[in-house]
Amino acid sequence: MAEPDPPLARLLVADDNKVNRLLLTRGLEPQGHSVGCAENGRIALDMLRREPFDLLLLDIEMPEMDGFQVLEQLTADPKLRDLPVIVTSSLEGLDNIVRCIELGAEDYLPKPVNAVLLKARIGASLEKKRLRDQQKELVRRFATSEVAQDLEQSGFALGGRHVRGSVMFSDIRGFTALVESQPPEETIELLNAYYALMFDAINDHGGVVNQMIGDGLMAIFGAPLPMTDHGVAAVRAALEMVERVELLNTRRLAVDKPAIRIGVGIATGELVAGYTGTQKRATYTCIGDTVNLAARLEEHTKLAQRTILIDPATCAALGGRIPVDLLGAVALRGKALPVEVYAVAGRPAPCA
Amino acid sequence: MSDATIDAATFAELQDSAGADFVKELVQTFLEEAPAMLAELRQALAAGQADAFRRAAHSLKSNSLTFGALALAALARELELGGLDAARRPDALDPLLAEYDRVARALEALCRG
Repeated sequence: MAEPDPPLARLLVADDNKVNRLLLTRGLEPQGHSVGCAENGRIALDMLRREPFDLLLLDIEMPEMDGFQVLEQLTADPKLRDLPVIVTSSLEGLDNIVRCIELGAEDYLPKPVNAVLLKARIGASLEKKRLRDQQKELVRRFATSEVAQDLEQSGFALGGRHVRGSVMFSDIRGFTALVESQPPEETIELLNAYYALMFDAINDHGGVVNQMIGDGLMAIFGAPLPMTDHGVAAVRAALEMVERVELLNTRRLAVDKPAIRIGVGIATGELVAGYTGTQKRATYTCIGDTVNLAARLEEHTKLAQRTILIDPATCAALGGRIPVDLLGAVALRGKALPVEVYAVAGRPAPCA
Repeated sequence: MSDATIDAATFAELQDSAGADFVKELVQTFLEEAPAMLAELRQALAAGQADAFRRAAHSLKSNSLTFGALALAALARELELGGLDAARRPDALDPLLAEYDRVARALEALCRG
């Protein structure tokens, strides 16, 4: 015998009334859906948190936890926020129906529910969910989870705003010479290994890589999502990057390949942050003096012969938690006044 | 007849979309559940529990509309909207209880017939 077709979708019916539950469940199963039932809002939420559902049919008047409370809880739960909810109720008062929609319900169907209408609304909701899931998957593949989340919340608005954060620039020292001395596939292999390590180190500390050019990258700490200790996070990420490059070098030296070295510049301050590009292709980025300063500090690592250079604001943010050496005031390209430059000395001081 | 206990058009439509056998099962379930809703209504009224009173009235209204028991639905809706204050008289629930008896008999007859 052939296997039965997998259900079209998994639906949950939350209703305290047995006749209503029966009516909805039996109405939906012949349409190919698998249907679960909950007798009140609390049970419904428990089930939604335990097993995956594609859509919730929600009654409002229920004991223990009513439909309004369920809608509030769903909105507050990042994992359930996008679950489509169709409210089916015989609520009195337009304001109550408006409240459902404002609380995030996708649709409202008065009881007794018309079977044909219900089928159409469920079909439309599931199709919208499928498109949203596809879009989320695309964004997830091309951006960090923070950016993906921010994009979803802002509804892909290409707006700009002032934020306080730390910016990091990093690149591989003497990379051009290295590229010329080895076959192209080795260069790409090295870049991929290098980027994987750097992304991990940066993401582990809450940073977001927003640009990659050749062997260089730019990362932001404190945007798009605010972060309290972005200066320290950026410096800790830089230290971890250096550590991971050392590990990579051990593997490279074992197969007679030259070691690589990186240079990192970090600056902290006001940033103009936002999505630049077009609706079709946009990237989250930051611009402003802080960004320029971080880029100049990274350039200066060659001259200073130090791996990680930071500006006074980042140094102040460290508050002595990570040892630094003052290199003195340096005239940097594009800066009218000399900037005090600090080199991060090494590993963070052990916690007291 | 517009003042029928069960609105014929609504009931026929329900049978049409859900199937006559399933409607029998629904009626059976309603007749099993309704006495508990009526008891809940009486208890909530006696104990002064406004939420439970409104919910029980709402549930009765909802099911009555499903089967086309329009008079019962209207009485239940009055209680739902009026709340405890509107049901202070000792005989406040009597019209609803009497109408429920008529609805129960009519539904049983429709399912046999």
